[in-house]
Amino acid sequence: MKVRLRNPKRELDVPGPVRVHALLERLELNRETVLVIRGDTLVPGDVLLDDSDVVEIRPVISGGAV
Amino acid sequence: MKCTVCKAPAVIDIRRHNANFCAEHFLRLCRDQVVKAIKDFTMIEPSDRVLVAVSGGKDSLAVWDILVELGYQADGLYLGLGIGDYSDASGEMARAFAHDRGWKLLEVDLPTEHGFDIPTGAKAARRVPCSACGLSKRHLFDEAARTGGYDVLVTGHNLDDEAAVLFGNVLHWQTDYLGRQLPVLPARPGFPRKVKPLVRLGEREMAAYCVLRGIDYIVEECPMAAGNRHLGYKDALNAIEAVSPGTKHDFYFGFLARASELFTPAVAAEQELLQVCARCGAPTPGELCAFCRLVDRATDREPVPVSLGRRPG
Repeated sequence: MKVRLRNPKRELDVPGPVRVHALLERLELNRETVLVIRGDTLVPGDVLLDDSDVVEIRPVISGGAV
Repeated sequence: MKCTVCKAPAVIDIRRHNANFCAEHFLRLCRDQVVKAIKDFTMIEPSDRVLVAVSGGKDSLAVWDILVELGYQADGLYLGLGIGDYSDASGEMARAFAHDRGWKLLEVDLPTEHGFDIPTGAKAARRVPCSACGLSKRHLFDEAARTGGYDVLVTGHNLDDEAAVLFGNVLHWQTDYLGRQLPVLPARPGFPRKVKPLVRLGEREMAAYCVLRGIDYIVEECPMAAGNRHLGYKDALNAIEAVSPGTKHDFYFGFLARASELFTPAVAAEQELLQVCARCGAPTPGELCAFCRLVDRATDREPVPVSLGRRPG
């Protein structure tokens, strides 16, 4: 599957099938800090992603002046 | 994974609530949490004129969206801070959001109206960029709310923001800041009431709210915030949250319930000493307020590019 990441923007090829939580673990990402988006909607942690999927892993942290 | 409420397929799991939600019930949860925050802390009255500080990011656009959905009379305020392409992109997001909905967006441009941008102001004042930015934003928010006749200024600070600020203030025992870290700061002469209706919602929830509502927001981080201390505190708290869900909520709301009152008397005494800035009329402990001193140092300086303005916080 295609996995799109940000900061910096890049695209990875990850073999499927793999569950969302396992994908995040494989990429060493804290699930509290990202959303996983397939198409135009969110996918929760137990969803099985296929080889043909294109997913965005979007960071949710902001932190300028407060 | 099923929605805890209706058993339809879930789109998000929230571990600190030990619950999963479909899109409909997640959006309802967000609105309910805002309603509860407003009620518990007496943030906004139905007749209030509300000004929402809008950055083009997820939190400020989401809180504006929720407040209007709840029936409040809320306008937006966007500050142009002159942070290169980042300010251009965030301004476009804020304008598009307001335009698409026919909502009123006020704009103040720091370089046009005060003669400097954040990278230049930070270097001139020898402050880290986030410090010069925060100082400028607070001043311009207050001024816009005052001159526009708004009763209350809303900011999009969420639970993660508040927990991270609290964490930093406790680590360094910043007792004066601890006394001011409240979800509502009452109106005082020269200051509007300031409220944070998103304190019951986490950062991941606000991003999810925007995705599910189709709100286009600026996902990229401010280039000048990279590596700052605040982001380090968020990383540390998220590492704890991953193994102990609910920690950020307990930390912040435990502080409000059991400790914040210990620090408020010192702040009240400090406020007694405030006078009026000789130039702009804002409250200040000295002759000139911190913003007017920043303007004096920064005006007519050689502009500093964004990349050179970045320094660790």
